[in-house]
Amino acid sequence: MIDFEFEPQVVERLQIYRNVAEQMMRPISREYDEREHEKPWQFLETMWAASNLSGEGQPGSRKQSGGGNEARNLYTIATTEELTWGDAGLFLALPNAGLGGAAVAAAGTPEQKQRFLAPFREGKPKWGAMAITEPGCGSDSAAIATTAARDGDQWVINGTKIFCTSGAMAADHPGGFIVVWATVDKSAGRAGIKSFVVPHGTSGMTVARVENKLGIRASDTAMIVFDNCRVPLDHILGKPEVNRERGFKDVMATFDATRPIVAAMAIGVGRAALDFVRDFLRDHKVSVRYGLSPHRLTAVERDFIEMEMNLKVARLLTWRAAWMLDAGRHNSLEASMAKAKAGLAVTQITQKAVEMLGPLGYSRQFLVEKWMRDAKINDIFEGTQQINLLIIARRILGYSSRELN
Amino acid sequence: MISFDPTEEQQMMRESVAGFARDELRPVARAVDEGGTIPASVAEKVAQLGLLRTWLPEQYGGDGADRSAVTGAMIVEELAWGDLALAAHLLSPRLFAFPILELGTASQRDRFLGHFAGSGFIAASAALTEPRFDFDLASLSTRAVAKHGEWLLDGVKCFVPLAREAEFILVYAGAGSEVAAFIVPRETPGLEISEREKNMGLKGLATHEITLTACRLPAEARLGSDAASGVVRLTSEMRVATAAIAAGVARAAFEYARDYAKERKAFGAPIATKQAIAFMLAEMAIEVDAMRLLAWEAGWHLDRGEDAAIESYLAKQYAAAAALKVTDNAVQVLGGHGYIREHPVELWLRNARGLAALDAIAIV
Ligand SMILES: Cc1cc2nc3c(=O)[nH]c(=O)nc-3n(C[C@H](O)[C@H](O)[C@H](O)COP(=O)(O)OP(=O)(O)OC[C@H]3O[C@@H](n4cnc5c(N)ncnc54)[C@H](O)[C@@H]3O)c2cc1C
Repeated sequence: MIDFEFEPQVVERLQIYRNVAEQMMRPISREYDEREHEKPWQFLETMWAASNLSGEGQPGSRKQSGGGNEARNLYTIATTEELTWGDAGLFLALPNAGLGGAAVAAAGTPEQKQRFLAPFREGKPKWGAMAITEPGCGSDSAAIATTAARDGDQWVINGTKIFCTSGAMAADHPGGFIVVWATVDKSAGRAGIKSFVVPHGTSGMTVARVENKLGIRASDTAMIVFDNCRVPLDHILGKPEVNRERGFKDVMATFDATRPIVAAMAIGVGRAALDFVRDFLRDHKVSVRYGLSPHRLTAVERDFIEMEMNLKVARLLTWRAAWMLDAGRHNSLEASMAKAKAGLAVTQITQKAVEMLGPLGYSRQFLVEKWMRDAKINDIFEGTQQINLLIIARRILGYSSRELN
Repeated sequence: MISFDPTEEQQMMRESVAGFARDELRPVARAVDEGGTIPASVAEKVAQLGLLRTWLPEQYGGDGADRSAVTGAMIVEELAWGDLALAAHLLSPRLFAFPILELGTASQRDRFLGHFAGSGFIAASAALTEPRFDFDLASLSTRAVAKHGEWLLDGVKCFVPLAREAEFILVYAGAGSEVAAFIVPRETPGLEISEREKNMGLKGLATHEITLTACRLPAEARLGSDAASGVVRLTSEMRVATAAIAAGVARAAFEYARDYAKERKAFGAPIATKQAIAFMLAEMAIEVDAMRLLAWEAGWHLDRGEDAAIESYLAKQYAAAAALKVTDNAVQVLGGHGYIREHPVELWLRNARGLAALDAIAIV
């Protein structure tokens, strides 16, 4: 039955996340935007301790028969929205297995999941990361040049990865790992691309630089160099055989889980901006008169309503994509729809929010200008707007990536 | 618990309406638009669907199903996918009967609902829209004044579907600071029904301007006993219907453009293999789903007994704009061929344009 309401227990838990966002993230939001490359250790450690107590798992796992949290992906996107309402940069900086964890959860064996993810439930804060992008290719992830060659009972990885979220934290802190995309057979094209878990401390892996960015400055974005970096054979995720028919479906499966999360991140930032504008207008005695003919509305009211509608659409599409994943249904189309809509809608919503506040919107006295900078990343990473449209178009037209690119 | 799955019953209803739209509405849609008349055969066959009877209580000869705005949204989307003019024609009696079912007094229900139990198509209608550029539901120009135990109605309404055929019209009017609805029989002195309107689209649907000049109605002509809050709900139900209809029209246009783009070649390849076209189609696909989800969500609030005033307003505003964009893109995808009346996309563009302007085209 069609239903748009979370269970009461979830609603209760979301309130906790809302409190964290409001009481722990917002107060330090500006500070770690300005002090780029510094880490809010107290906040990170508190959150690490809290998430270990709660025992909540990593995103990306599909429905398993018999028990478990069946609405895990929905739950993840709901909590993501709450936390990114607080601060998207701080959210990305949180110690957890992150996108790397999502990859392990989506493509790893039960034993690998246990081996790589269990440490994230104990000890000191840890980070996982995902390294696909290279200096020579981003959107065209099938063109990666990083190689993994088998040498006895090891894989030897060589190449340079850039823009790796939490890459520095994952590489620098014990228990962390980076999931690296590399080709085992260049001649096999995308079918030759596999992903490998490279743990902290593996020799041959170095953090070469950390980027300065437009927004989400509390999150580190690192260049990682792999120079004859060796990992054991069983660090490959999925099957080592090159299956030309399957292509790189295994590695791409991660995106079905992560794109709705990025969409939810966008929505959290968008909601922050919308809430701010709503309160701001109220304080200045401007009310939004819902129900009126658009002819009678002021430009401000029309803008606000437009922002609200788009945010709502983005959220519904995102819930649907996550719900499908929880139900074990194939959701690549819907995940890309959510990501494309949310990424663009929230970019526009936050830009409009700055505009609506006039010179105050541009001022760093408020967070609105920061949200505009933070929001933009959601239309870029995990597949740009264009790449998601491409995926949607291929699906609805029944085209392969060769037919439409 | 969040879910996007219709119930089995909803799915069955959806499929049977979709089949009807495909087999009975689509084939005649162009002729209906050009000729302006609805084939009698369609109106006859529609009885099988039970678009109204299904939800009439058993005591009035209906099936007594529980009304659901979400189910309603699914049904009107399918009909609109078939053809909007035909859908609006077939759904018009509900604009009269559902408000009575929902808010009517016992005697209003007894008097009117039984009419709709039979197998024939019984025309009935509602009059909400007014011929003003800044028409607004919240401040109607049509006024109802209580005098000596009677109501006195004055005003002009436009886009009243089937006004000539309908025995009764539910007329919305401002009464004091509230909006109320009144059951107005066609023979009421002072009620004038003008010539059929000529609109840009929805040409198969007979609509009329009606003028009420000092129309005297008995006290019991007012819908319900204390209908003030109820009328807000009715407007929400109509807006949800409009949003779902928009999804149906847009989906028709999207599917047609998608299939065409795979066939039509330019520069040696199907135009769908060019990103400029493929991206337009991808955006159209997103918008169709967006409209539907907004309609469902607003309908879901209604089904929980809330008035859903804001949700349904947002759904309607969004969907009306998005339907225009999607149908316009469909014309664009077909290029010059889209502009020619050989293809249905220009018809869908004209029909979709009506949705922003019209508030009472159907009810869920
Ligand atoms: C802050 C930040 C964090 C990131 N985190 C990670 C991470 O953790 N792990 C990781 O692997 N990567 C990460 N990335 C990289 C990100 O995923 C890529 O930047 C993104 O996929 C785009 O790749 P690109 O920058 O090389 O742009 P390009 O691929 O060069 O694209 C440039 C432009 O061309 C467009 N374009 C490209 N191909 C097509 C096409 N076929 N059709 C139409 N248009 C096209 C794109 O949409 C874009 O507008 C991160 C990036 C940033 C900025």
